[in-house]
Amino acid sequence: MRVPGIIYAGEQLIEDMDEKVREQLTNVATLPGIRRAAYAMPDAHWGYGFPIGGVAAFDPDEGGVISAGGVGFDISCGVRALHTGLTVDQMEPRRIELADALFRSVPAGVGSTGTIRLNEKEMDEMLCGGANWAIARGYGSPEDLERIEESGCASGAKPECVSHEAKKRQAREMGTLGSGNHYLEIQRVAEVFDSATAAAFGLQLNDIVVSIHCGSRGLGHQVGTDYLKAMVIEGHRPIPDRELACAPIYSELGQHYVGAMRAATNCALANRQIITHLVRNAFREVVPGAKLALLYDVSHNTCKIERHTVNGASRELFVHRKGATRAFGPGHSDLPPSLRAVGQPVLIGGTMGTESYVLVGTGESEDLAFSSACHGAGRSMSRTQAAKKWQGRKLIDELHEKGVLIRTRSFRGVAEEAPGAYKDVNAVAEAAEHAKLARRVVRLVPLICVKG
Amino acid sequence: MAGWEHFSHGSDIGVRGFGHTVEEAFEQAALALTAIVADVSRIGQVETVEVHCDAPDLELLLVSWLNAIIYEMAVRTMLFSKFLVVMSGCSLTGTLVGEEVDLERHRVAVEAKGATVTALRVVHNHDGQWVAQCVVDV
Repeated sequence: MRVPGIIYAGEQLIEDMDEKVREQLTNVATLPGIRRAAYAMPDAHWGYGFPIGGVAAFDPDEGGVISAGGVGFDISCGVRALHTGLTVDQMEPRRIELADALFRSVPAGVGSTGTIRLNEKEMDEMLCGGANWAIARGYGSPEDLERIEESGCASGAKPECVSHEAKKRQAREMGTLGSGNHYLEIQRVAEVFDSATAAAFGLQLNDIVVSIHCGSRGLGHQVGTDYLKAMVIEGHRPIPDRELACAPIYSELGQHYVGAMRAATNCALANRQIITHLVRNAFREVVPGAKLALLYDVSHNTCKIERHTVNGASRELFVHRKGATRAFGPGHSDLPPSLRAVGQPVLIGGTMGTESYVLVGTGESEDLAFSSACHGAGRSMSRTQAAKKWQGRKLIDELHEKGVLIRTRSFRGVAEEAPGAYKDVNAVAEAAEHAKLARRVVRLVPLICVKG
Repeated sequence: MAGWEHFSHGSDIGVRGFGHTVEEAFEQAALALTAIVADVSRIGQVETVEVHCDAPDLELLLVSWLNAIIYEMAVRTMLFSKFLVVMSGCSLTGTLVGEEVDLERHRVAVEAKGATVTALRVVHNHDGQWVAQCVVDV
């Protein structure tokens, strides 16, 4: 190991943590150019070479590497939250209507397609422009950009490094939610931990919030597939070391991947922007007074260039966050003016039927984990086990009794995503706070969940 | 004996195919992949698609094969329930037989994002059986 491996979690979470997390963290700590430590967040679990819930930073000037597995297949998968400007009492009478309108408006699930078709030139423009591109096409307003990481556009994207196959896979998938653990939720602020920060985020008890969890769809998946293979072949690593496939950042392959990954990031940002537009349309139809301003948009499968201090020197590092969220503390220069005094909103997704959280970045997180925090609950049970244990239809009825309306086209998909198949998100958020990675601001409970 | 099964992975699913030959193990692994997405027994055999893959070794060929199927499923919005594999060294020609996705009839669960090199193995066991497996990201 070139650096230590550090796991942040409570006793119970560590006890329940897959042994593979320790193994994978140890392996990541051996990679060239890694700085300070390989970190695992409280929700860490077995990933692809890198643990999911893993953070690792590499110095390009010290032979540092970039890894397709360390970013993940769903490049720039993330969570976006919107204020509705409504309270639960204002929304409640229209809840069923709203659930149906959202389900009609936002394509979700296997094989679902959007209405947007891009020609080759438009596809490349989208891959360079991200959310900016979407807004220029009328999907949202310029005010949205301030509340998206990197102002909604990853610079240095190289559409020419994205394969024809990846672009073809995206052809009908713009503005679609996807499947698996992706969702669109309407949530209520059920608990406020820090009223001053909540107020700065524009949140108070019983407010209604929209959360969108999705990523770069087929294009990102294909970029991940293409470059994982290229890195495995070029790396000449023996099995089972292949999982750690990576390329020196300054190599030709490394640079191509960086350009393609940024293009896929823009695809994810454009996708979440289009979905936001569809959500706004659905609300307009049912609850015309709703405002739907952006609270924040965070990606949790990324590799970003950031400046951090290592051994007293300021260095430009490539920070991989696979299933981990950037969590800038108060005063960080990359935060928009409206958030700089309080810190970055950190959006932690639950699963249908369970809580989600909004946390805020801390000043301490920079030294603890390159300003990073957890991203969600993480599974505690495999999909296969979950599908055997629960029945989708029954689960939907049970959740309905608990006050959560589910809209889906796949009962089996719902069974595989059963709340009981996930770790306790409350314990994960609490552990992040105790470790000082981020601080809890509000807890959200779902009222409507559109599942892919 | 030819067959397939799923195995557990932290957040995703492992696919494992068995067979008398490596080709058969690859065909069975493809059925295991399809079974992640939908109910294989409900997928009709209406249309045929051919794919070609090359890789430096058998393990990467399995990953390429499964990713070729994932790609065809995505761009054609189709599901496949019959697979035929012909291999020559580390080159593969596969025939996929299936039909357009019908969310309700096929009992679709989740889409596959990509086959990974995690838990990747293609081995010829001492009992003469071939095993081909890896984890699929969903």
